[in-house]
Amino acid sequence: MTIKLYDIAHSRAGDKGNTLTLSLIPYNADDYELLKMQVTAEVVKQHLSAIVAGEITRYELPNLPALQFVCQQALTGGVTTSLTMDTHGKSLSYALLEMQLTV
Amino acid sequence: MKETIRIGCGAGFSGDRLEPAVILAQRGQLDYLVLECLAERTIALAQKRKRQNPALGYDPLLERRIDLLLPHLIANNVRLITNMGAANPLAAGQKIIEIAQRLTIPVTVAVVTGDDVFAQLTGNESALETGNPLSASGMLISANAYLGTDAILPALATGANIVITGRVADPSLFVAPLVHEFGWSLDDADLIGQGTVIGHLLECAGQLTGGYFADPAGPKAIPDMAHLGHPFADVSANGRAVFGKVAGTGGRLSVATAKEQLLYEVMDPSRYITPDVVADFTQVSLEEVGPDQVQATGGRGTTRPNTLKVSVGYDGGYIGEGEISYAGANALDRAQLAGTIIQERLQDRFSDLRIDYIGSTSVHRTNFGHNPAPYEIRLRVAGRTTPAQLAALVGEEVEALYTNGPAGGGGARKYVHEVVGIVSTLIDRHQLTPHVTVLQS
Repeated sequence: MTIKLYDIAHSRAGDKGNTLTLSLIPYNADDYELLKMQVTAEVVKQHLSAIVAGEITRYELPNLPALQFVCQQALTGGVTTSLTMDTHGKSLSYALLEMQLTV
Repeated sequence: MKETIRIGCGAGFSGDRLEPAVILAQRGQLDYLVLECLAERTIALAQKRKRQNPALGYDPLLERRIDLLLPHLIANNVRLITNMGAANPLAAGQKIIEIAQRLTIPVTVAVVTGDDVFAQLTGNESALETGNPLSASGMLISANAYLGTDAILPALATGANIVITGRVADPSLFVAPLVHEFGWSLDDADLIGQGTVIGHLLECAGQLTGGYFADPAGPKAIPDMAHLGHPFADVSANGRAVFGKVAGTGGRLSVATAKEQLLYEVMDPSRYITPDVVADFTQVSLEEVGPDQVQATGGRGTTRPNTLKVSVGYDGGYIGEGEISYAGANALDRAQLAGTIIQERLQDRFSDLRIDYIGSTSVHRTNFGHNPAPYEIRLRVAGRTTPAQLAALVGEEVEALYTNGPAGGGGARKYVHEVVGIVSTLIDRHQLTPHVTVLQS
């Protein structure tokens, strides 16, 4: 069965210069292991290939639980000089949540 | 000493709503109200306003906010801490005195200066983002170091009703009153780390109380968004914090809303660097202890860094934009034809040109394969360049699609705006000499 990340987790995007941060927080803590297994930095890099040009680092926060993705070269130069519509990349949390998982 | 200190956050950015801060000052039973109003670029823009008029350069909403808040702050004995001084904290302090005199309210304002390090930079310092010298980005127009709690404490010690600063680290606006009230040591990295967690959770105001969290579908539905309340925290001397909001305001405070805010703009969650501490968020525990009440414990930290981050503004030229809409049969194809025409007409004169199809791929830069034919689509073209006149050509070319085609283009708009770019560098914290000036009405 295929599900969308949107159905089991929430996310907020943040920006630091040209770097995008994306949290990924399961609604149900029991889904953390599934996210940890399937939503690897490599898979996210592939999913966001139209958006993120640089490296993606994943941090694990089992205590919350949540994952945090830090994506380099993701904001076409950063908020001040970018020509994109969403210069902060604030809407990109919902780009991550478009990802499909097989469960 | 009070057992708990209540700190509210009435604004999470310069353009934030005015009303939630008034409700906090009026009915929040606060000890401190913080207004966080400075983003990276805000201060560089403020430096430009100051250059045009030396009496300006503070937050454009300062007068409106102070006018509304001052009677409640004084009546309820709430101290205000804010970075609305932006590029000109002294002028901001004087403006507050002027307002207090008009309202015949006696007030003392402590002004924190010393973040402006423009005169100390040569331009040869290397930019953290690129590794190149700062001056390679463009003509430098401002440089402001992030001051910390140690710069705010002497201002609090004056007993002033209002503490106004320029560039300080956002969490320090909250850590400073905690250190001041509880006598925490700045060397107690775990306490300061927990204080930083509290500040980070509060600093974006409505982002903690369900505002930026809300999605009408399912588990993210939030009640009464139109009357969204801003948060406060009750903090104990041991650092334990319980977050809440004023009864009767809209929104929701839950473990889920707190988790989203805890990780907002965080790079390495085990190393969140501020002028006060290198905070560790990985052991934070969040627990719902009542309706719209969330407890946060477990923030930690290690010793503060010897360097401070400096935000450097540079002249980034101009961005010109043009937009036009297409609707009905073949709308996307007609918009794409228009985009191709503009591209061909402008590409030789712009190294940085962007063509977006609003309603399809403009925001995520992809649509992940969702390709239903949209009923309407808006073409948007943007280009960045140095001369303002050339930037204006982008909008002119888009507007000219009216008569030159393709068919049915409508609602053209054109814009030109000045760009202030931002790069960062580091400065030895000992090179700074923060100063406090006390003003009285």
